Amino acid sequence: MELIIFLTLLILGYSFGQWAEKKHYRSIISREKTLNRIPAVASRYPPAGQQHQQALVMGSTVISVDYFKRFIATLRNLFGGRVTSYESLIDRARRESLLRMKEQADSMNAEMVFNIKYETASISKGRRNTIGSIEVLAYGTALIPMTP
Amino acid sequence: MLISNMELIPGKRVQKHLGLVQGSSVRAKHVGRDIAAGLKNIFGGELKGYTELLQESRDEAMERMREQARAVGANAVLNVRFSTSSVAQGAAEIYVYGTAVTLE
Repeated sequence: MELIIFLTLLILGYSFGQWAEKKHYRSIISREKTLNRIPAVASRYPPAGQQHQQALVMGSTVISVDYFKRFIATLRNLFGGRVTSYESLIDRARRESLLRMKEQADSMNAEMVFNIKYETASISKGRRNTIGSIEVLAYGTALIPMTP
Repeated sequence: MLISNMELIPGKRVQKHLGLVQGSSVRAKHVGRDIAAGLKNIFGGELKGYTELLQESRDEAMERMREQARAVGANAVLNVRFSTSSVAQGAAEIYVYGTAVTLE
């Protein structure tokens, strides 16, 4: 009986997880294309030249791993090596956070965002200390052209 | 009050350095969100409730930092950093800190 529950969860996790991930990646890629006009750079100082207004912008995402991926990651703990199932999770969270930050900058008519910092925290740990969900925060300073 | 994660503001001179100011906020989520998050742990995906919750507590932490900066007579907080840590099962602490200065 327990095995049946386990297998159902595994199948549910796999199918919904893969579907959600593909859908999320599609939306990330299309939004990245439209928001590419706002460059986000990690340089600490703004480009010299004209005067700008500054504003702090940020975006954050909390994302959770699915049952199947967690199972795969537990197996990986035995053999070692790259945990690709978590890599894609964190990659999605980072890109999504950066996009949300850019969307906020876009709503302020910003030209670019610089001094980007990322911050990652695992906020809820599952049983046996496996990663349940992670939060990624991206923040930076948006440069808004002065209105004449 | 200007809050920025830059170390210097171009075109403005720092008149007075007033030290570190900080704000923190610890929040737990309510049971309904916990159940939804439990389901999401099977299917995977974004936990919208938690994103909102952390955003709210980040705003609160920033507000506390702003109050502290106002109390020491600053008009700007520079070099702001954020940090998040989970202090207990289901509760997260958001910590914001920066340098309070007066700009001319």
